[in-house]
Amino acid sequence: MAVPLLYAALSGFKSTDELSRNPVGLPESWVASNYTQILGSGDFWRLIGNSTLIAIGTTVLIVAVSALSAFSFARFAFRGREALFTLFTMGLMFPFAVAALPLFLLLRSLDLLDNPLGVILPQAAFGLPMTIIILRGFFRQIPGELEEAATLDGCSSFGFFWRVLLPMARPALGTVSVLAVVTSWNNFFLPLLVFTDAQWWTLPIGVQQFQGQYSADYAKVFAYLVLAMVPALAFYSVAERQLVGGLTAGATKG
Amino acid sequence: MTSTFLPDKRTGPGVGSPPPAPDRSTGRARRRALHWLTAAGFQLPALVLFMGLVLLPMLFALYAAFFRWGGFGMPSDYIGGENFTRLLQDGVFLGDLWRCLVLVVLSLALQLPFALAMAVLLNQRMRGRAVYRMLFFAPYVLSEAITGILFGMIFAPDDGFADQVLGKVGLEGLGGEWFADPSTVMATVFLVMTWKYFGFHMMLYLAGLQAVPRELTEAALIDGASAWQRFRNVTLPLLAPTLRISVFLAVIGSIQLFDLVWVTTAGGPDHHSETMAVTMFQYGFKRYQVGYASAISVVMFGISLVFALAYQRFVLRRDLEGATTTMRGDGK
Repeated sequence: MAVPLLYAALSGFKSTDELSRNPVGLPESWVASNYTQILGSGDFWRLIGNSTLIAIGTTVLIVAVSALSAFSFARFAFRGREALFTLFTMGLMFPFAVAALPLFLLLRSLDLLDNPLGVILPQAAFGLPMTIIILRGFFRQIPGELEEAATLDGCSSFGFFWRVLLPMARPALGTVSVLAVVTSWNNFFLPLLVFTDAQWWTLPIGVQQFQGQYSADYAKVFAYLVLAMVPALAFYSVAERQLVGGLTAGATKG
Repeated sequence: MTSTFLPDKRTGPGVGSPPPAPDRSTGRARRRALHWLTAAGFQLPALVLFMGLVLLPMLFALYAAFFRWGGFGMPSDYIGGENFTRLLQDGVFLGDLWRCLVLVVLSLALQLPFALAMAVLLNQRMRGRAVYRMLFFAPYVLSEAITGILFGMIFAPDDGFADQVLGKVGLEGLGGEWFADPSTVMATVFLVMTWKYFGFHMMLYLAGLQAVPRELTEAALIDGASAWQRFRNVTLPLLAPTLRISVFLAVIGSIQLFDLVWVTTAGGPDHHSETMAVTMFQYGFKRYQVGYASAISVVMFGISLVFALAYQRFVLRRDLEGATTTMRGDGK
């Protein structure tokens, strides 16, 4: 399992020349220049910056909008609630590829191509079903007496949501946030459609372009791949519990 | 999951306050309307986003599938079902269906049992268990694009890691073109898919196994059941809901596969690894046959939907009750 990753990391320290002679072993002399060159280039950092911006934007939007909706699903009885919730759960099986074409045309007519919002908004929209399902489940576990008490104390329903429910739901909000960050960070299809201008490329697009550009210089591409993996793996090692919790909760309740 | 949810009439604003004395019915009607408006207000942002960017594009794809259309202006050249009949004669598309079926079968027959075996193994008390878990799951957090490029280089003909290692140990015969050879490309794609996703399924199973009460397997042990019998008759039935979800996700994932194929082979050589999503992308964004590409989208959606509904109807019903059919009979 780890072999491909280790292989890539070691290969990045070799010269391409050595890579063809000595594919398996440790580098004869550790060449750090592949890594340092990439780290020293502004392009790489701009990709990271773009990916970060888009991931944060998507996450804030998904969590805010889903929390409101999940609150309403969990704590209100209203006409059409079940139909609406079924509609959202069905959204889980809408393949993004199906909507890709018309979505592209829609974004084009809204002038959102080569604009980070063109990725953030659709990502948020497609992330809603899963997030709403997880949050609704969590909100329903918070006892109704709390809401009664808050209401008796003169809290409006939004006040209860904002001042009582959200602070209590912090673990669940953390889980869905981690999920949203990872999904956004790894998205390839949508940024590929939306960004033609290299200025906005995200990490997965940048890696693909880099590989195309330096396809003969294996060692360099390996170094690039490894550096591109570092943020995701680092984030994973910090947020592992939340991520796995979210995936299993989302999957078993979906 | 134990959930406490409120009895309907006491939710929302005005909870616990005595009913207004005069003119009960209009007061109640007004309060009900206010209640509905509040609930709807909370739903509004999600609805706008979901309708505008998910449902609307889906419906538009359905509309555009009935036109000959290059993607500029509005579709105007209505051709009825011609795009769909053309699909039935399109060798590449029929191949997509076949390859999709192959991936589904391979996933169910190899990937998921492997993930289950690893989960059972890692559920034992053993040294380094947490490390293995993290290691197996790590590929899942890497983007498909980056994974694809990495394996594209590992399986590069001759210079790639795979061929070189096979050469070193004297098995040159096993090496080859991997992604470039029509006869091996799907196997290679499946291998990469497995590397990337089996950890996800393993994690699902591990979570499911945590919920299997230890007393049950211990009781079976005391009754003299062998390890296999304990697994087969105690663990597996209790894990069934998790398995059903995992199968569902694996099938839907196979139907919609795009990124991994796009960065490794872009569907090549000569369409031998093309998936429905890749074919759609080729027609829609490269050849500007947007109407035809929309028809592919619609068929993809149709297959996902039919599968999902049938699966929900016949397999998942019990598991999904908590998610879709709770609180039936309220909302009045």
